[in-house]
Amino acid sequence: MLLFLARRTALAVLVALTVLTFAFVLTRLAGDLAIVIAGPEARAEDVEAIRRAYGLDRPVVIQFLDWAWRAAMGDFGQSFFYRERVSTLIWERLPITLTLGLVGLAIALVVALPLGILAALRENTWIDRAVGLVAMVGQAMPSFWLGLILMLVLGLQLGWLPISGTGSWQHYVMPGIVLSFSAIPALMRLTRAGMIDAMSSDYIRTARAKGLSRGSIVLKHALRNAAMPVVSITAVQLGFMLGGSIVIETVFALHGIGFLAWESISKNDFPTVQAVVLLFAIIYIVLTLLADVLNAVLDPRLRAS
Amino acid sequence: MRVMRNAGLATGAVIVGAVLFCAVFAELLMPHDPFAQDLTRRLLPPFWMEGADPNHLLGTDQLGRDYLSRLILGARISFLIGIFAVIVSGLIGITIGVIGGFFGGRIDDVVMFVITTRLAIPLILVALAVVSLVGSSLTVVVLTLGLLLWDRFAVVARTTTMQVRTLDYVSAAWAAGCSRAWILGREVLPNILSPLAVVATLEMALAILIEAALSFLGLGVPPPLPSWGLMISEGKEYMFFDPWVIFIPGTALFVLVMGINLLGDGLRDLVGAAEVR
Repeated sequence: MLLFLARRTALAVLVALTVLTFAFVLTRLAGDLAIVIAGPEARAEDVEAIRRAYGLDRPVVIQFLDWAWRAAMGDFGQSFFYRERVSTLIWERLPITLTLGLVGLAIALVVALPLGILAALRENTWIDRAVGLVAMVGQAMPSFWLGLILMLVLGLQLGWLPISGTGSWQHYVMPGIVLSFSAIPALMRLTRAGMIDAMSSDYIRTARAKGLSRGSIVLKHALRNAAMPVVSITAVQLGFMLGGSIVIETVFALHGIGFLAWESISKNDFPTVQAVVLLFAIIYIVLTLLADVLNAVLDPRLRAS
Repeated sequence: MRVMRNAGLATGAVIVGAVLFCAVFAELLMPHDPFAQDLTRRLLPPFWMEGADPNHLLGTDQLGRDYLSRLILGARISFLIGIFAVIVSGLIGITIGVIGGFFGGRIDDVVMFVITTRLAIPLILVALAVVSLVGSSLTVVVLTLGLLLWDRFAVVARTTTMQVRTLDYVSAAWAAGCSRAWILGREVLPNILSPLAVVATLEMALAILIEAALSFLGLGVPPPLPSWGLMISEGKEYMFFDPWVIFIPGTALFVLVMGINLLGDGLRDLVGAAEVR
């Protein structure tokens, strides 16, 4: 068990370091950063001054080590565009993105779990096919378009919900619905597959033979065993959802991390772009690590291997 | 049950076939020049609304360009993105996955590490950053998506190669003294192709959706090309008065992706590739 934990944590750290390097290399794709920051009309002296001011005249390896060391300490430097510390910018906006992610995940679970269980219990009936169709529609729906349609229908036509901004909890409902669409298909299919597996297993047959009620069999025995993969895919999906929030935050003008990322990309604000890429990657890495550890703790078979 | 499945496969094939037809024969099908502006005839409504012009079946956009012609050329953009992104990502992913699954051991550890790292990298964010830094064009979008979307190819190729590697006919080939390259190319690869074909449909749908999202955010296919995502983005300002401007390209996008997914789902049942989701 300890060996598994150590190996898994080492992998997570290694992945994080690779992504750190990747985030640095990514921003060097543009060529000479000083020219990009100075803008197209800058004079040669200005470009030179910027190069010195941002330390871009140093060897690339030194620049990388310096940046990586500070980044590991949580210091991402100054934003070019906002004239503020990147860590402050992120810290201010993180609650909005986390709220959106959790609302989206909650909606996804409320929709996906019952439908997945229902489809499993009615396997190969029209109900099962209908649930499969729902999953496919969710997968094919362009999130930004769904967002605009919801704005038109729920916001403008019916006037139930505010169209954009972050003033109240109602502001999170529409973006949350749109975000949940990206997680519902995977969660639903996994719940269905897990339940079908569990329902055909020996312990369910035993429970049936003992004459337990159907409700007790489904809820107490089958669901508990089907839940484990669902828990781990939930963690993974939350990571993906936070990464996908960039589109939805832009559509609904929610000023979270995703919106910050979009603005800093269009303004060539490299320190912020690097920090956000790294932040989303780290959140994903930590979530998957937690899911794996949780699975190992709950499932002795995984621990042994 | 079988009838319903075949119905799904047939529906998917009809949708994909029809859109592909538009994409290939766009020049013959477009009633107008999709780039010709006419500022005196802006935002004409489509045929089912009052005040429609029979010359412009789906109306005109904010610059007076014929919406139907733009929609038809947009199909070509979606297919170009989908097909070439799948070719690039398929080559990368299948190579990585087969190597990991075939050799196992340390090499497989490295492959797993590479896949895990790719999954940790936020897809849309990095695609946006790359397109913004390198400059937006159709080629840049295709290559960026191709370089990012190979993870599922790699995962499925790795798992299926592992299963095939231990089968009797592979052992027989080893025993017969076949070379490693022969076994990989003639014994392993042909036998993992059907699940990979299913992955290809899923990835094609995903690439088309992500291109639309990138273009919607202004960092995908550059204007004046009529990418469906870009059409939705350009129509966004007018949607409160003329909702059809976002409704038409959005529906086209949704129907095409749905068609590709139906096709993939039918294919999965047909070839029995249950491991792909």
